[in-house]
Amino acid sequence: MQDLGPYLKEHKFLQGMTDEHIELIVGCASNVKFDPGEYVCREGQEADRFYFIRQGRLALQLMTHDRGAMTIQTVNPGDVLGWSWLIPPYVWHFDCKAVELTRAIALDGTCIRDKCEKDHHLGYEVMKRFAHVMVERLLATRLQLLDVYGKRS
Amino acid sequence: MYMANAAELIPADATPGDMVPQPYTITAQRKDTYDTFTLDMVVGDGKPVMAFAPGQFNMLYAFGVGEVPISISGDPTTNDRLVQTVREVGSVTSALRRLRKGDTVGVRGPFGTAWPVKEAEGSDLVILAGGIGIAPLRPVIYSALKRRRKFGRFVIMYGSRTPHDLLYYRELQQWKARYDIEVEITVDRAIGPWRGNVGVVTTLVPRVKFDPLSAIVMVCGPEIMMRFGIMELRRANVPEDNIYISMERNMKCGCGLCGHCQCGPLFVCKDGPVFRYLQMKRLLNIREI
Repeated sequence: MQDLGPYLKEHKFLQGMTDEHIELIVGCASNVKFDPGEYVCREGQEADRFYFIRQGRLALQLMTHDRGAMTIQTVNPGDVLGWSWLIPPYVWHFDCKAVELTRAIALDGTCIRDKCEKDHHLGYEVMKRFAHVMVERLLATRLQLLDVYGKRS
Repeated sequence: MYMANAAELIPADATPGDMVPQPYTITAQRKDTYDTFTLDMVVGDGKPVMAFAPGQFNMLYAFGVGEVPISISGDPTTNDRLVQTVREVGSVTSALRRLRKGDTVGVRGPFGTAWPVKEAEGSDLVILAGGIGIAPLRPVIYSALKRRRKFGRFVIMYGSRTPHDLLYYRELQQWKARYDIEVEITVDRAIGPWRGNVGVVTTLVPRVKFDPLSAIVMVCGPEIMMRFGIMELRRANVPEDNIYISMERNMKCGCGLCGHCQCGPLFVCKDGPVFRYLQMKRLLNIREI
């Protein structure tokens, strides 16, 4: 079985984390692959994982009754997908579909949550990093909402 | 609508210059998007078109309607035609859109400062553009591609509202296919069969590869996009000193006389439109300006 430790140590999301904590995270990690068109998750499903994207592209989509599936964001190599595993009720809020062949490292959410409960230092490190991802996404979403390229901008 | 012609409005003894438009004849009008078009023009008497530096603009005069400042979007290394990309937002730009091959436009210019293309030689060259902001940067791309070996990495990040709003899409695809340039495109809203990136253009910054400490970065787009873009560039460790922006204000005379485009102590038409970010940093945060 491939040791994912070296990859995770290099990942920008985990930069600054101690080797001990990274070892704990590696224990919850596995390699996954999604073919084009394959769904990573569906809105309303249990969110029991998050992903470090290594290769490919994923589309976060919302299904609308009149316009079908609308892509609201794409997720690319280096990005982290998913924080619903961290916040009750632990369900996905979007569909996520592979646009092209995508390889990722999946992290078992229940496994990570258990380890964070047992080791609050690890929990703080994980929360800090996800807070950062959430703020980035929030800022990007606000900018998207402003429609800055509109004629009035 | 009645549109006057050049002979009616330009005195016969006037010499074209900063204050007197020179008549240019339209040789082609291309529709780029539903609200944006590009004019190819030549000088009426067959002389070579004006020389310009990337980033400069002209005042285009729709005779009898009015003048608007428009960035030059063509290749600065050729003088066979003047190329300007216009977004239809008001009465003058609407009048320009109605013009056809053979019609005449008054041109004053070129005005303003230029992108530091020469200064960027030896460094990575990074372009961050949003919406029609790619138009004044296209001359930089043409120039840099002509002298590609003079630069390090060459990165273009471009965002627009939807796939239908992407300017110069065919050219962007051609540049993307080259091995010596990295082109990343994104749209705020995906419609139709779009399979590319979705998200604001600023999210591209952490994804592209360049040397942040030495790269020269040129940013052009809506002001709020530039502010957020610069935040991302700063987070990527790009020094403020290496960031250049192009400003847009209500310009009338084009040469620093009328004061319409005043931005603090600066006139955007004369001291800009291309500024070093440090010149504008404080002014961008003053609400009254």
